[in-house]
Amino acid sequence: MRVLALLLRVLALLWLAGAAQATPPPPQHLDDTGLFEAGSSTAVRPENLAFAPQYELWSDGAAKRRWLYLPPGASIDASRPDAWEFPPGTKAWKEFSQGRRVETRLIERLPDGAWRFVAYVWNAEGTQAVLAPEAGIAALPVAGAPRGRYTIPSRSDCLACHEGAEVPLLGFSALQLARELERLAASGRLRNLPASLLASPPRIAAPSESARAALGYLHANCGHCHNHTGPLAATGLAFAQQAAAPQASAERTLHSLSSAGTSVDVVRRVRSSNPYVRMPPVGVSLIDAKNVALIESWIRHDLRLPLEPYP
Amino acid sequence: MMPRTALPLIAAALLAAPAYADEAKLARGKYLVTIAGCNDCHTPWKMGAQGPEPDMSRMLSGHPQDFALPPAPKPEGPWTVSAAVTNTAWAGPWGVSFTANLTPDRETGLGKWTQRNFTETIRTGRHMGRGRPILPPMPIPMYKHFTDADLEAIFTYLQSIPVVKNRVPEPLPPAK
Ligand code: HEC
Ligand code: HEC
Ligand code: HEC
Repeated sequence: MRVLALLLRVLALLWLAGAAQATPPPPQHLDDTGLFEAGSSTAVRPENLAFAPQYELWSDGAAKRRWLYLPPGASIDASRPDAWEFPPGTKAWKEFSQGRRVETRLIERLPDGAWRFVAYVWNAEGTQAVLAPEAGIAALPVAGAPRGRYTIPSRSDCLACHEGAEVPLLGFSALQLARELERLAASGRLRNLPASLLASPPRIAAPSESARAALGYLHANCGHCHNHTGPLAATGLAFAQQAAAPQASAERTLHSLSSAGTSVDVVRRVRSSNPYVRMPPVGVSLIDAKNVALIESWIRHDLRLPLEPYP
Repeated sequence: MMPRTALPLIAAALLAAPAYADEAKLARGKYLVTIAGCNDCHTPWKMGAQGPEPDMSRMLSGHPQDFALPPAPKPEGPWTVSAAVTNTAWAGPWGVSFTANLTPDRETGLGKWTQRNFTETIRTGRHMGRGRPILPPMPIPMYKHFTDADLEAIFTYLQSIPVVKNRVPEPLPPAK
């Protein structure tokens, strides 16, 4: 018995070692990641599903496109509606344009279940995108970007946002794809989604459309770092909304804003151009004026929280 | 067969082991904090009989909140960095940085931090691993090479030192 167990363990270890070795490094060129048809840098393969979250992250006004790939026959397990389980082999791309295509990011779930984050930088002609260095690029000259400079985040910056929530994929979720859920479930690529969420698509709990938009903005721009389960939970700010518990998550957000000085601090930080104060602390150099006004007005008029004094 | 009397002894030793491990970790943490020079910058200096020395009554509590400073001299020529007399505030091309309160105070120090927050701060050079960049002269480029075990020991020790309530000011951006 014992010998057999030992043998099995050795075999398992060998298999694991093999699997670890089998993970090749990320391709040098975006062309080799499976996004486009062979020989093309524009025609997206039909098996890559285009998607758009209903609440977007502000990225200095960049235009963005996104796609998801699941391996043949594999599907997403949605038993936990706010923490979907993606199969190994899943890939997601996000393309950023500032006047022209500048960057395409890729998140991939590897065979061992680990997640890998990389970025590809487009040449000025838009014909080829090459793997960016691990440290990112602080100031890439791009005529259409604010002040003519574009920042490619480092891989550790990807983790700052993408590993602060329960699942690294942030925009492909029940709440973000509310209106698409039925189609996804019908395609067989999404399993075990609670029937109640199919019957009535998830919606942020709010008394008005502007309040819902404000909560949605905080969810997409802050909730991946500031939530009640992740590494910053103890700081007491909870901005993530949940498809399975809309009321409770909205209340948590209102509660965290109501503690002394927090609403003032939120507004001060989202409208600050000081990089040491501004929120979010990564990925932004230009203030999102329209949505800052939305947050400010929601806090002042809907929540009736005092906003004075801020500098 | 093991003599029966040995069993309780072994059990006691096993139960006590975690306590010993904690103590060893604390001692290791204290040693690392001492020799890595954290006090040089995070404990305000005062004038002693032999000249400037760290004021250990305010151990590791960072730049004193009530010590207001005039604007820093303009960084010029090869003399680009200046430090305040407490050795807790520096002006340079990055603006002005103030050393953080490393005591376990919940509101102004590291009291709410988890081991993960601390380890990620040192590894990534970002506040709590995901916030603003940690500015010079905090030696992140060197300290990020601490092993996980060393960072655990350091954090364990920092969480055991006396609480000092001291709200360190926010850093100032470089003058435009
Ligand atoms: C400031 C936080 C932040 C940083 C930094 C960041 N991301 Fe994201 N990313 C998001 C958010 C939020 C979404 C979902 C909302 C959206 O797409 O508008 C997202 C979406 C994506 C998507 C589409 C799949 C998904 O999760 O919805 C990919 C792919 C992606 N990011 C890759 C990366 C990579 C690779 C890096 C580093 C090179 C990176 N991101 C850096 C916040 C960030
Ligand atoms: C040469 C001076 C110097 C030394 C030595 C130094 N620090 Fe720092 N440290 C700083 C400064 C300055 C800051 C504030 C930087 C900022 O605000 O961006 C800082 C910030 C920090 C922070 C971030 C706190 C926060 O709230 O984000 C931690 C943690 C830290 N130091 C721990 C240590 C430890 C542990 C040691 C010793 C192993 C140490 N430091 C040694 C100068 C120093
Ligand atoms: C990439 C992670 C990240 C994102 C995204 C992010 N924050 Fe933060 N935030 C932090 C960290 C880390 C802190 C810790 C304290 C600091 O840096 O001052 C923080 C601190 C804060 C504080 C001060 C809390 C305190 O206790 O002093 C406020 C308010 C805040 N964030 C609001 C926001 C808002 C609003 C958004 C979205 C517009 C946002 N944050 C997005 C990481 C993030």
